[in-house]
Amino acid sequence: MLEIKNLHARIAEDGTEIIRGLNLSVKAGEVAAIMGPNGSGKSTLSYILAGREDYEVTEGDILFNGQSILEMDPAERAATGIFLAFQYPMEIPGVATMEFLKTAINAQRKARGEEELKIPDLLKRVRSAADELEMDMNMLKRPLNVGFSGGEKKRAEILQMKLLEPKLCMLDETDSGLDIDALKIVADGVNALRSPDRAVVVITHYQRLLDYIVPDTVHVLYRGQIIKSGSKDLALDLEKNGYAGVIGEAA
Amino acid sequence: MNLHAQTTRTAAEAALIDSFAARISDLPGDAETTVHRDDALELLKAGLPTRRVEAWHYTDLRRLLSTVPAYRFESSAAQVAPLIDRAELLPVLNGAANTQRGGISGVAVSRLADRLIEGDLTSKLGVADPYDTVAAINAAFVSDGYCLEIEDGAQIDRPVEFQNVHAGGQVHSRFAVKAGAGSKATIVERQTGSEEALVSSVSHLDVAEGAEVLWIVLQEQPDTVSHLAQFTATLGKDAKLTLFIMNAGGKLVRQEVRVTADGEGSSFRLRGVNLLAGETHCDVTMVLDHLAPDTFSTETIRNIVTGKAEGVFQGQIRVARDAQKTDAKMACNTLLLSDEGSFSAKPELEIFADDVACGHGATVTEIEADHLFYLMARGIDEKTARGLLVKAFLAEVIEELEDEAVIEALEKKLDAWFVEHG
Ligand SMILES: Nc1ncnc2c1ncn2[C@@H]1O[C@H](COP(=O)(O)OP(=O)(O)O)[C@@H](O)[C@H]1O
Ligand SMILES: [Mg+2]
Repeated sequence: MLEIKNLHARIAEDGTEIIRGLNLSVKAGEVAAIMGPNGSGKSTLSYILAGREDYEVTEGDILFNGQSILEMDPAERAATGIFLAFQYPMEIPGVATMEFLKTAINAQRKARGEEELKIPDLLKRVRSAADELEMDMNMLKRPLNVGFSGGEKKRAEILQMKLLEPKLCMLDETDSGLDIDALKIVADGVNALRSPDRAVVVITHYQRLLDYIVPDTVHVLYRGQIIKSGSKDLALDLEKNGYAGVIGEAA
Repeated sequence: MNLHAQTTRTAAEAALIDSFAARISDLPGDAETTVHRDDALELLKAGLPTRRVEAWHYTDLRRLLSTVPAYRFESSAAQVAPLIDRAELLPVLNGAANTQRGGISGVAVSRLADRLIEGDLTSKLGVADPYDTVAAINAAFVSDGYCLEIEDGAQIDRPVEFQNVHAGGQVHSRFAVKAGAGSKATIVERQTGSEEALVSSVSHLDVAEGAEVLWIVLQEQPDTVSHLAQFTATLGKDAKLTLFIMNAGGKLVRQEVRVTADGEGSSFRLRGVNLLAGETHCDVTMVLDHLAPDTFSTETIRNIVTGKAEGVFQGQIRVARDAQKTDAKMACNTLLLSDEGSFSAKPELEIFADDVACGHGATVTEIEADHLFYLMARGIDEKTARGLLVKAFLAEVIEELEDEAVIEALEKKLDAWFVEHG
């Protein structure tokens, strides 16, 4: 489903290379975990996949279902089914959350040639998704993410993900800022989305989340490259022995 | 001795003087009114203000008012649909108020022309200083308008809407409202028309003790109109005034706001939304005097600048020595959507009392790339995402108005503007 080939990317503004020849492939139905110490380039990779303009791809390619996405803008990528749950979701004053959800859902439906959702249908879906995530509907009356706590923002990201039903779900440090109960709720939400035609990429630098969202594959990202890949045991090994061993091996 | 005495008159200055000679015999008013009109003309004869005059620094009227069209009595203007459905309409069409209209319960309505003839409005026709040009043009030429007296304690639940509509030429109108003690009302002032025109409009509002007024100015002139407007208000004890101004048109726009908080405990909110497109020049200039203790004011101006438009906001807050515990906050934020547009903000605080809380801030920004990315990452195309963000920026100010019908009506106006200019 996702094929990243020898990807090189740099910060557009100052030319610093962050991703340095990264290869990764994730199959439909797979849950892949990307781990690595802070500053390795995990968030950068997720932003590049989502199409953020701050980064320039200088070499390599990203294929999604066999098609290069490099020329697509973020909205087009979202419409093809790519979703990123942000590490730091942005607060957007003045944009009502419900209005935003309606616009986003219907924009994607339209791009896929589906009919727009009517307000009652939309409300029903939002309510049921919010219930599952134990979110208060009143929160959704506020402007998008404004005044949400860290944990509420993370839940709101998962709410959006459930509603948009993407094909590739990327979660960037979704566990940070969540207490253990919230973590379980969010993990349940993600697990409910697991399906043979959907891939999940979980970015984290702790093993903790992976107890609840059990990955099929684990990849270690360090200095802009995947330096080691393995099964879920690799995550346990990293938890026990830290990254130093793996980094030393690769060097 | 006049600082800006000119050796040669501009075409516009000459046309104003000629218009006066042609019009004076037909303008309504008693003898004293005529004296005021003559005085106003003298001020105009000294020349229109240039950028050398501080109050006009960002709007060089002498340069910007390039033409003054002749009167066009032959064309006819029609009233427009009210901003809010249930409103009581008081139209002034091509400078003439309606003679046939129903009454409004709790409000005494009269024609301004009649009041000028009776001579009981002359005190309002004076000018504040040699550069009170908007008031002077209006005093010289004003033909009609309305006077409203709202009874003490009256709760006027249907909005009253003045409509100053022209079909080109020149229009000079005036509106005066007295809100009696403890009364409550919403007033809408519509400024619109078609064809090339010079419009001057002056509004006076007295908010008596404990009264509460929401006054909405909606300026939607075509881009062939020079629109010179002045709003003045005095606030009694514990009076509350919210002035909402939406500028959504015009070639040259000067909207002056002069508010005197002379009643203890009175409060004033100014909310402005300036939608600037094309080659418009739009200037909102406010002078607010806090004269009494425990007065409160907030001013929030939000601007969108596209095309080659130029915007100006001058906000001067003066706090008198006796106005202790004054609390005033002023903010002017601009979204610049084009490299060729500009916005100048000049906040000014003059504080003579020692125990006050006053602050101001001005920003000029572009749409946040991060916000745009976030919305697009959810599948919203760039144009729609930009539209959402721009609207959000403005809607924050509109949504403070509390009244659902008013908010909805103004947001519709926003949408309509974006359809035309977005
Ligand atoms: N837009 C940017 N501007 C400057 N530095 C950046 C930017 N994006 C990423 N970086 C730098 O790139 C490196 C990788 O960052 P990031 O992808 O956030 O790492 P991780 O998510 O693995 O902690 C860090 O050193 C970070 O400071
Ligand atoms: Mg990160």
